Parts: sequence; C-alpha cells; structure tokens
Amino acid sequence: MSFEFRAIYWREMLKYFRYKSMLITSMIQPVMWLAFFGLAMSDSFDKLTSLVPNEPGVPVVAYISYMGAGIIAMDVLFSSLFGGTTLMFDKKFSLLRETLASPVPRSHIILGIGLSAVTKALFQTFIIIGFGRLVGMEFFKGYTLIETLIAIVGITLLVSIFTLGFLFLSGSIAITVENPEGMQSILTLVSMPIFFVSTALYPIDGFPTFLKVLSMFNPMSLLAGGIRYFALGTNFSVMGNHYIYTTVDIVVAFLGLIFFALVMLSAAMWRFNKVDI
Amino acid sequence: MTGNVIEVNNLEHSYGSIKAVDNISFTVKQGEIFSFLGPNGAGKSTVINILTTLRKLQKGEARVNGYDVAKEPNSVRRSIGIVFQMLCLDHEMTVSENLEYHGRIYSMKKKERSKRIEELLKLTDLESKKDTLGKDLSGGMKRRLELARGLMTKPAVLFLDEPTIGFDIQTRMRMWEYLREIKREGTTIFLTTHYMEEADQLSDRISIIDHGKIIVTGTSNELKNKLGKDLIYLETSDNKAAAEILRSLVSVKNVTEDTKSLRIMIREDVTHVLPQIMDEIRRGGIEIIIVNIKKPSMDDVFVHYTGHELREGNGNGNGNGNGNEKQQGIETAVVSE
Repeated sequence: MSFEFRAIYWREMLKYFRYKSMLITSMIQPVMWLAFFGLAMSDSFDKLTSLVPNEPGVPVVAYISYMGAGIIAMDVLFSSLFGGTTLMFDKKFSLLRETLASPVPRSHIILGIGLSAVTKALFQTFIIIGFGRLVGMEFFKGYTLIETLIAIVGITLLVSIFTLGFLFLSGSIAITVENPEGMQSILTLVSMPIFFVSTALYPIDGFPTFLKVLSMFNPMSLLAGGIRYFALGTNFSVMGNHYIYTTVDIVVAFLGLIFFALVMLSAAMWRFNKVDI
Repeated sequence: MTGNVIEVNNLEHSYGSIKAVDNISFTVKQGEIFSFLGPNGAGKSTVINILTTLRKLQKGEARVNGYDVAKEPNSVRRSIGIVFQMLCLDHEMTVSENLEYHGRIYSMKKKERSKRIEELLKLTDLESKKDTLGKDLSGGMKRRLELARGLMTKPAVLFLDEPTIGFDIQTRMRMWEYLREIKREGTTIFLTTHYMEEADQLSDRISIIDHGKIIVTGTSNELKNKLGKDLIYLETSDNKAAAEILRSLVSVKNVTEDTKSLRIMIREDVTHVLPQIMDEIRRGGIEIIIVNIKKPSMDDVFVHYTGHELREGNGNGNGNGNGNEKQQGIETAVVSE
C-alpha cells in the first residue's frame, strides 16, 4: 500500500490555506448565495405559492430549507468543477514534470487533488448549513442528536462522492486542454445544464418530460435529493408539492453518484495515462 | 556498487520517421561527471528522458544504478535525481516547501526530510532564503533550488539537462562550483550541454553527440590531445591553394578550410613546423596575412570530429545564450544571480 497521494493532498491544502483571498472568497461565496439569491427567491416563491393548499398532516418546509440543499449542491458543483484547474496550470508551467518523474502513481495525483477538493467542499457544506440556520434554513428540524449525526454523516458521504466525480471530470478536461480560456468555456458549458436541469433550486414536476428524465439521471439532482432526505426528512411538503423519499431513493442516489464517480475516475485515468512529459 | 552507474547499449529512438537517437552505447562510471556535448536537436534530451523513464525506451537496452530502465522504472526513479532543462519549481511555495514536497512524493520519513533539507540548503547557500517563495528567487537561486531538489533523495546519479542554459557566465561558473562539490560528495553526474566550456571544465569524460550518434568519447585532454599539442591558424591570399600545399607536407596531419582561415593540425613541435610551413606557402607564391597559434580547445575538438561548428554558433564560450533559448522554447533571457 502506498500513500503518495498524501503528498499531493498536502501541497493542495498548503496552497489553499496560504492564499487567504482564495480561502475567504470560497467561504463567503456560499453565504452570499444563501443571503441574496436564497432569501430573494424564497420570499418570492413563498408569496407565489402561499395560496396553494398544503396537504393536511404533512409537515410543511419553507422554500429556503428546500433550496438550501440545492445551494450546497451548486456550491460543491462549482468548486469541484473548477478544482481541476490546478492541474492545467501545473501542466502548463511544467510543475507536473517533477511529480510525473517521481515514483508516485498517476492515480495518486488525481486522488490527492480529489481528496483536497472533498475537504474544501465539506468546509463549504457546513458553512452553508451553519449560516443557513441564521437565515431560517431549517435542517435537521426535530431530529434527535443521533438522527442529526447520522444525517451529517450521510450528507458528508454524498457530498464527498459527488465532489470526487466532478473533480475527476474537471481533472480530465484540465489535463487535456492547453489554456485557461478553453478550460473556462468548457466548464461553463458543462455546468449550465447540470445546474439548471436538476432539482437543485426547484421541483421538476413542471418540467417537460425529456428534461424530467434528464434531471433524474443528473448527479446534481441525486445530490440535492439525497441531502433533502437526510436534512428534511422522508415526508414533507414544499410549495404545495408533497415529497416522499424512500429508502430506495436514497440507495439509488448513492449508487448513482458512485457510478458517476467511477466513470469519471476511469475517464481521468485514461486522460492521465496519455500525458507525456 | 562499483563500476558503472549507467550502462546503455544500442539505444535507438525515433519520432515518427525521424531518428533522434541512432544506436548509441556508452557507460558512466561511479562518481564521475559525464557530459553529452552537442548542438540543440542532437538527441541529448531524448537520451536523458529515456534514462529518467520519462520517455518509453523503443529499442536497445539501458540500465541505471543496476536497474533496467524499461522493466524496473520505479526502481530507476528512486535511484535518480533530475534537474530539467526548463525551470520547474512551484512559485507559490517557499524554498523549503518545494524540497519538503519532493521528499514527500518520494515517501521520505519526516525526520529524514528535515535533516536532508537542512543539509541541502547549506550546500546550495539557500539557508537565508528558506522561507522565500519560489517566485521571489533570482534565476540562479531557482536553479540551485532545483539542484537541491534533485539531490533530496540522495540519488545514485543526478541528471542535468542543460543546467546553465541562458545563464550569464558568473552564474554559470558558480553553478559549476556547486556541481563539483556534489561530485566530491560522491554523486555521479550525467549532464547534457551545448556549451563547450561547460563540458570542458566540468566533466571527467565527454561524449560528443551529433545527429543522434556519439562521435567520440574521452576525457577533455584526451580529446584535445588527439588534435596535437598546438593548432596553427593561417589566413592567406589563396586559402585553397595553400591547403593543397600543406596537405603534401609530412609534418602536417590535417588541414581544414574555414570560410576565412585554415586550421592546421601538426605532428611535431610548432616551433619547428611553423617556419617550414610559411616557407612552403610563400614558395607557392601565396601571401600570408595572419598567423595564429592556439592550444586546441573543445571548439576545435568539436569541429574536428563533427566537421562543423556547433549549429547556431555560440558554442565558443562567450557565455551568451542568445538564440538558443528561443529555439528551446524557453522564454528566459540571460538569467543572472
């Protein structure tokens, strides 16, 4: 068993904490989303849907709590999608040479960067959950301590797998393209449908069928749904829509994300093994 | 292990239809500084990349520190240190962090790492810079840091690909001092260069490489002595005719015609030969304009063996890298301390 990925992880985290501007913006950004976009959207949604009757006996969840899960998914999506950019610069400035010439297996390079992205994503996730409480986002409402802990572990796992998947995707692009502009435009192109064709911000009930189908397979929906399962419970209504999450749903979310991460890992390995000095 | 640290047999490498390395064989002995001297594009970097396992071996056999380059790449990697042709340091990490990272990717223990970092900072005179970010170092310091990094794992052999390319002569000479010091500590060094005086001053043995082939190998003195003790340079009113006359003389070993002058290799002591040569030429009705006597230099050796000067000129030790950087895709101008 070799542990060289720890060296890669060490370097990534060293630089993450070195650059206070990067660190602070990455921490503030989710808060801003929640504070501005979240509050604005939830107020208008609540106003629009105030007349829709809720089913009696089903706990009602405020839109901001529903959307909170989506904000986490969105924040994690963007940070992991851009997380691979470091590889592009390492390649561009020949920094990768040193590592490629060392006994470190190539898989460890991706794994090390992946784990650093997971660490950053989890920081952001818990900032959103923490700050969310202040603006009325009610996660783990009425949970016992044990239930809360289980929910946190569940969210941690989902976010980690999701982050690895998108980091591997981002890494494969980064190692293939030659310049930052190309990287930027590809990422924007990729992120848009993933973000909007998902249940991150709104229910998909009103989607045209083909978008509905796409959304069901979208890792973004799997993550947002999974977080809701853990944070909001299995039975609630929001904006007049009644949600029931079953054990099957959460198993599907986990399996779907694991499948996605594995496919992306093999894509990353394929691209990486092609890298020449 | 005594004997050979590097053994290469019948190495060949092609890029498409272009043969970059053409049936090369050589050995590097334990503890020596061995140089590949040749122009850009001669195949030097290809050989270094194959030996450091960065390029797949296509044909032939190569062993480094006893390990087969093709079959045991990881053992080779653990035996060597590399200083790449292009600067490749992390500018966002400090001097000691750059070394720390290197130690970590080679799985060195924590204690071992810090001890080695201290030793190397001392060796490369970077102690006062240990907390300086890579980007704030001068060109010479960056190179020294790369040298330190290459030595981090106490490699059996250190590979340097054009270690002083683009440096001014002072920085280059300082670099040589460090390399001699490293050699004294017992590390074998393999370097490539297209600077004549670098090969000359630094190496125990030199291979002149051109068009992917090793033309000749020997110590600097052996190579120069093959050209005789002295060389005569003549400029005459009719170089062609003068060369004809000279070639017929027993005391003359070889005559090469340059654009302006004749380079004459001789068999005997110059003090006796020169008057005879001058008499013969004058007798042929040719006027002698300039006479120059020189000890053979690496330039002369190079010209003698390859039949041409180092391409793009500039091998003559003026310490100026103009023209070469561009060709290598390196943007650094002359880098100084």
